[in-house]
Amino acid sequence: MRKGTRLTAAVATATAVALLATSCGSDSGGGGGGDSTVRASWGDPQNPLEPANTNEVQGGKVMDMIFRGLKRYNPETAAAEDALAESIETDDQQNFTIKIKQGWTFSDGTEVTADSFVDAWNYGANIENNQINSYFFQFIDGYADVHPEDEGAEPTADTMSGLEVVDEHTFTVRLTEPFSLWPDTLGYAAYSPLPRSFFDDHDAWLEKPVGNGPYMIDSYSRSQSMSLVGYEDYSGDDAAQNDGVELRVYTDNNTAYTDLQAGNLDVIDDIPASQLNNADADLGDRYINQPAGIIQTVSFPLYDDNWSGDDMVKVRQGLSMAINREEITGKIFADTRTPATDFTSPVLEEAGGYEPDLCGDICSYDPERAKEMIDDAGGLPGGSVTLTSNVDTGSHRQWMDAACNSINNALGDTGACTVNPVPTFADFRNQVTSDSMTGMFRSGWQMDYPLIQNFLQPLYYTDASSNDSGYSSEEFDDLVNRANSADDEDEAIDLFKQAQQVLVDDMPVIPLWYQNGTAGHSERVSDVRLNPFSVPVYTDITVS
Amino acid sequence: MGRYVIRRLLQMIPVFIGATFLIFLMVYALGDPVTGLFGDRAPDAATAARLRAEFNLDKPVWQQYLLYMGNIFTGDFGTAFNGRPVTELLAQAIPISFRLMLVAIVFEIVLGIVLGVVTGLRRGKAADTSVLMATLVVIAIPTFVLGTTLQFFLGVKLGWINPAVSPAAPFDELLVPGIILALVSLAYVTRLTRTSIVENARADYVRTAVAKGLPRRRVTTRHLLRNSLIPVVTYLGADIGTLMAGAIVTERIFNIQGVGYQLYEGILRQNSPTVVGFVVVLVLIFLVANLLVDLLYAVLDPRIRYA
Repeated sequence: MRKGTRLTAAVATATAVALLATSCGSDSGGGGGGDSTVRASWGDPQNPLEPANTNEVQGGKVMDMIFRGLKRYNPETAAAEDALAESIETDDQQNFTIKIKQGWTFSDGTEVTADSFVDAWNYGANIENNQINSYFFQFIDGYADVHPEDEGAEPTADTMSGLEVVDEHTFTVRLTEPFSLWPDTLGYAAYSPLPRSFFDDHDAWLEKPVGNGPYMIDSYSRSQSMSLVGYEDYSGDDAAQNDGVELRVYTDNNTAYTDLQAGNLDVIDDIPASQLNNADADLGDRYINQPAGIIQTVSFPLYDDNWSGDDMVKVRQGLSMAINREEITGKIFADTRTPATDFTSPVLEEAGGYEPDLCGDICSYDPERAKEMIDDAGGLPGGSVTLTSNVDTGSHRQWMDAACNSINNALGDTGACTVNPVPTFADFRNQVTSDSMTGMFRSGWQMDYPLIQNFLQPLYYTDASSNDSGYSSEEFDDLVNRANSADDEDEAIDLFKQAQQVLVDDMPVIPLWYQNGTAGHSERVSDVRLNPFSVPVYTDITVS
Repeated sequence: MGRYVIRRLLQMIPVFIGATFLIFLMVYALGDPVTGLFGDRAPDAATAARLRAEFNLDKPVWQQYLLYMGNIFTGDFGTAFNGRPVTELLAQAIPISFRLMLVAIVFEIVLGIVLGVVTGLRRGKAADTSVLMATLVVIAIPTFVLGTTLQFFLGVKLGWINPAVSPAAPFDELLVPGIILALVSLAYVTRLTRTSIVENARADYVRTAVAKGLPRRRVTTRHLLRNSLIPVVTYLGADIGTLMAGAIVTERIFNIQGVGYQLYEGILRQNSPTVVGFVVVLVLIFLVANLLVDLLYAVLDPRIRYA
């Protein structure tokens, strides 16, 4: 009997603990709205959802739905078109007068005015707000006062002197130097206007962001799901063609793919690498594979004496010719990558500065010439080279192995190239940004805005923010400067193309391939396509 | 017994401090997480420095640890990089993992012990051999393969279940993931019970019980099984912690946002508050589960006493 009570007590305690634990977790997840709601896959955004603090695609998806800026990039042609901008005028490529359209409102009913932009930009630039995308405002005069460069320095002003409100729908911008393509950068999410409520009650705003885009957020349970509905008073011409979108967080895109097959999901925008070979058979014409503004490259540590000598140009070009891009993009990526032939992206189209065949022979597979060039230049520094990347995401391990094999075969030396895997992305980026690489390393670029400037200046200009290889060329810098102060866009693009030619001759990085965006959808929805940022154009999706 | 429990509870304190400090050191050793936040772009030094200051990353590791532990006692577990308090993540993930663990452990106990007893009593017979074969197969095939295959057939081909578990993760949706999670342990429980039963079946007290003329059923349940359960209970106790923390594969397959997923994310993003916060709770669960197991020994075996 005594033993019996003891056992009962133990069981009772365990049950009590169980009940306690389960009762906390039984709140319901938000369901979708009406019948024509699109159910789409999502990933948990890395940073709080605010325009100047969102630098990855999952948060970017939401920004694209709930905000419209001065410009919007045409989902098909990538051209920057006026959205809220009535006009953006300048005489000297440095002082701009911006007029915004009247009648636009945020989904809380307040009007979008010149202040909405100026306040938002000042907020994004100010160092005290820790916004990851602050540097987008660096061209504006007075940025250095609100965002000093030195660690620990305090801002000396609250607002940027280059921004001035003229009247309710007009403001002026003064840049620190001429930048002819600047108006075309304004489609980036960081330049979105913000309503008063953002500044008045920031925490509440982050719980449920309010914007001026075609959708508004109906409910948001963080890291689980977000339900968006069409904003009825939306003033743009790209209003939602469906009732709304339900974004569901998937921790693994393989599960999202299975859910799509089971009919529980309508749109997924990243087909898992392991399913790429089946996607055609599983989805047929519901499988989407189209170019996106992403280029993958391999960089050299030009800050390292071993790699910076004049002979090394030949070695770098030789390595480029030793990589069989066709085979790797076909076999490992199932044609969701295209061998690269320049340093930009096909989404720019030739009018925007993309130049097929710019790189020519240097980017084509030619093992004999590769070996010849490398041997003539005195061989690889130290006799071998490493290829480094983080291996926690993507199929980095697979393509690195393949690229190294390709190099080894071309050089007839099984030890010429070895892969150096780094476990996490943060660790890898630490090594890269502290200039401690000794061999080749992965680098990639997803465009911020579809301009040739964005593919060149941040990556190869002396000391630019993403110039990981430490490349510096007076000729290149000069051409970029001239392009930025050019009188019209055609001239600017032409100068950028000349700058690109300098890169081919110097080969600070090897262009590998252009990355495509992949997506799949259910039979329930149609008109699904990706924009140049590989984000689905949700507003166009129709539900049958 | 009361003194024994108190002594055990006091012993938890050094284990708790040691475990959290080691985990803190390990996450710290992964390096600076701030650079990763900026993507493929060099962070601008000033913003990075401010972010480091915000998360106390600019201080020496011992100071970070003290600050962190000081906050824990006031209920502040820090924040993840996306601005969510870790307590919120805990409140969201732990009930889900706990339910998944309950489903799994119930399967293990019920099915594992029944199969173990049946096979143990019929050693060498067809039932015994086939169950043993089955356990071998389950142990040999990785959870990942079993999980995705079952998910595909039940979810896509037959349409009986939703392949992904909804955010609320109610018990009925956790049945299939729970089975997948339980399978390997289930196989071990079966084998442990079987071996134990086979061994004890020849023990003196069983012979005595049979000689006293007790019915076979009573001999098996009261005498044989009860004494044979000690190794099984030990295993199950340790398994509670493993099932909660180690369900990462199952959780990923079925899109369950439990403890394993949050730990994985925390490690990938090198966010020590998240990792340490979850480990703290897991350490507590391990310690309490083991204490309960030790107490259960006394219930199962009258020869064991805690003074």
